[in-house]
Amino acid sequence: MRRLLPWLFVVFLASVPQWMHDQYFLHVLINTGIFTIAAMSLNLLLGFTGQLSLGHVAFFGIGAYTSALVSLGFDLHFNDSYVFVFERKPVWFAFVCGIAVAGLCGWAIGRLSFKVRGAYFVIVTISFAQVMRLVALNWVDLTEGPMALNNIPPITLGIPGIWELTFLRKLPNYYLILCVAVLSYIVIHRLVHSRAGRAFIALRENEPLAASVGIDVTRYLVLATAVSAGMAGAAGGLYTHYVRIVDPDIFLFIYTVTMVIMVISGGKGTLAGPIVGGLIFGMLPQVLREFARPEAQWIIYGVAMMVIVLFLPQGIVPAISALWRRRSGRSPDRSDPESKTMAGLHTAPGAAP
Amino acid sequence: MDQFLQHAANGLILGGTYALLGIGLTLIFGIMRVVNFTHGELYTFGAYMVFCFATVLEVDFYVSLAAAVILGVVLGALVELILLRPLRGADIDTTMLVMIGAWIALQNGEQLLWGGVAKSVSHPFPAEPLVIGPVSVAELRLFVILVALALLVGVYLLIHKTKLGKAMRATFQDRETASLMGVNIDAIHTATFALGSGLAAAAGALLGPVFVVNPTMGDLVALKAFAIVILGGLGNIVGATLGGFILGLVEEFGACYVSSGYRDAMGFLLIIVVLFFKPTGLFARKERVG
Repeated sequence: MRRLLPWLFVVFLASVPQWMHDQYFLHVLINTGIFTIAAMSLNLLLGFTGQLSLGHVAFFGIGAYTSALVSLGFDLHFNDSYVFVFERKPVWFAFVCGIAVAGLCGWAIGRLSFKVRGAYFVIVTISFAQVMRLVALNWVDLTEGPMALNNIPPITLGIPGIWELTFLRKLPNYYLILCVAVLSYIVIHRLVHSRAGRAFIALRENEPLAASVGIDVTRYLVLATAVSAGMAGAAGGLYTHYVRIVDPDIFLFIYTVTMVIMVISGGKGTLAGPIVGGLIFGMLPQVLREFARPEAQWIIYGVAMMVIVLFLPQGIVPAISALWRRRSGRSPDRSDPESKTMAGLHTAPGAAP
Repeated sequence: MDQFLQHAANGLILGGTYALLGIGLTLIFGIMRVVNFTHGELYTFGAYMVFCFATVLEVDFYVSLAAAVILGVVLGALVELILLRPLRGADIDTTMLVMIGAWIALQNGEQLLWGGVAKSVSHPFPAEPLVIGPVSVAELRLFVILVALALLVGVYLLIHKTKLGKAMRATFQDRETASLMGVNIDAIHTATFALGSGLAAAAGALLGPVFVVNPTMGDLVALKAFAIVILGGLGNIVGATLGGFILGLVEEFGACYVSSGYRDAMGFLLIIVVLFFKPTGLFARKERVG
């Protein structure tokens, strides 16, 4: 039953456009899906390694800008004599480039900030996002600055001239994003249940102990950051080819906050947490906008964040599964690497490389 | 050369207020182990309070400054009592998330209250600058740096010469032992947070009249304060003071000789350089690894 539940949920999501024909609602769902992918990537870092990235929107934005620029083509003027011209490339290639560049940035940021532990990673990532926004604003030659990049082509798949599928309308985009979301879920699921995943959990629970059994802590932290950043970049690429315009406001801190709220409300360190949180906080603004100004909405977000952390520190999913276990009288599954117990540690020595 | 001196003067003036911000943040981190994301909002709060008193209510400028700082201290104490005291003993991530929530709520509260339009604060100083040799400085800026320096000296004296300061330093070094020696840790935490918040509000109140006041002005400043704190090593007060002045100078010279568009990115650049070559901060002692 537990194995079947996620697939039933996917089938349910796939059926939604069949009985819900409201285009605006579909648009909301697509946005929610994109941010849920980003939240899942953040969960890999925040939930499984215990590192809070407060600049996750930087990787999202880098993915978006890279994908947009590669698919549009650009030219760089180094001086009057030399001009670097980059021809436009197919969109799927641009999308892959976006993931790669975002992952690379994640790797660099991880290498830099995991020289020291503690609050440094938080501060470095948050500043990184701010600087990315400044770069996007000021490097007008490349990014058009506040004028934004327009007319970004939608994603196309297939062989040019023979058979092509263009993701222009909302419906195909919905299924595309659902596919990527399922793929991301599988990637995270595999990763978390692999040796690397056990290492993540071990170092989250007790870093000195993890190090003492031979886990190269810094290497695994950097790995997690790179994978997480690449996945956020994928979400950014999806976003940019769906809305087909990208401007420096994509780096706004409030998007990072949205992702963080999704993860902690759903339950950090659980596979389903960011999805539950993502659906709630993806839809909530649409409900609130009926009767609250944007500022009031953000105040509610901020207060919600404090209330959740104070009263439901583990998030919704662990709270529900604890309730479920109590009712069915089962003891907690000790081999489950998702559970927030020290159980993860029992498997940790096997994860030593 | 004249240009160089002018930029050095500007950088030092900016650095004075940065140092105020950095000290507050580093004190709070060092003593309470809290990464204070509301710091930028206290800065904004200070600036709005000066605007409220000096421009809206037309109170005397100096009285407005003092009132802004006092209200900043009160707000800081309230944040500590309401949010942080119940979280004592919670891990650093939990408090961090709560502080982020408070940050968002405070910032949007300010936006709701004052509107998004930038406000300028009226002040009694003449518009034409004072010319000292090759350097010209607005009298307001001179006043700002003098007050900032006075506050810096005041904080130094408070921490090194008073009983409260002694208790703070004891808590900083070892909370349990300090508590065993009869230090009231709860009171020290509230005092520390109130002091740090007051310093942030003072920085905002001083810089508000120099620039303009708007609800998001605290964001960049908070990031810069983080940069300063990393520069000096988390929890290092002297480091934060020097870090503030270094950041002020680097920003000023960077804006002049590199690119003014990236002025606000200089702090991040400094963080990268410091983390690359000396990860524990420029002035870190060994045990101060955060």
